[in-house]
Amino acid sequence: MACFIVPVAEAVISTVTAHILEKKEKKSDRVQKVSGIDSSFKICFSKKIKWLSKLLWGGSFLLAFEHLWHGEIKPFFPFLTAAKNSESFSDMLYEMSTVGIGMAFTVTVAWIGMLIVSGIFEKHQKVQEMREMI
Amino acid sequence: MTLLITIIAAIICTIIWYKTAPQDKMKISVLCFIYWGASLMWFVDAIFEYAEFREKFFTPSLYEMVNDTFLGVSAVALGLVVWIAKLLITDPKHIFKRRFKQ
Repeated sequence: MACFIVPVAEAVISTVTAHILEKKEKKSDRVQKVSGIDSSFKICFSKKIKWLSKLLWGGSFLLAFEHLWHGEIKPFFPFLTAAKNSESFSDMLYEMSTVGIGMAFTVTVAWIGMLIVSGIFEKHQKVQEMREMI
Repeated sequence: MTLLITIIAAIICTIIWYKTAPQDKMKISVLCFIYWGASLMWFVDAIFEYAEFREKFFTPSLYEMVNDTFLGVSAVALGLVVWIAKLLITDPKHIFKRRFKQ
């Protein structure tokens, strides 16, 4: 019905957060960016948040296409066929609160997994660099 | 079928990305993010559908299967269109820049 709206909302928040963080990082010059990676191979956090927003935007875009395919989205107001009457509207809200939140949660968990893996690699790289220095 | 086709596309893109990493001049990572994002979301959708329909979920009719296959292929094609558009707009190889300079 409209489950993709929840990941879209999260995507908007993560995109805005990534932009704010990127500006802050550029301002303070804490991280020397060379295509998102600094000299110690530490990936800046704004880039990591961008991973989440790309996952969410990409997924929601294809999901919106699926809804369009099934006739659940219309190109005219109110855009969602479920928003026509109150009964289907409440069904839509129920789906958003179950499937939609489930989708956003799963993508976020996958992203946290990515953060953990990249964190392990960054630590490993740091240890290797320190060993080389000694 | 849609989920399966998208997962296969995501795996193929990840393999191609890994082969060219860390350069990623062709922006294959964009495709990976699109397909993995969609796969995760459709996976959750499949879980909820399974919870509702149980064994019927695994025995779709021929019409449903064909429709889902077309949808999956179309979704993959749409992902490719987004990737091509991003690739041409960002122009990471500076092909257009060089052309316009000449």
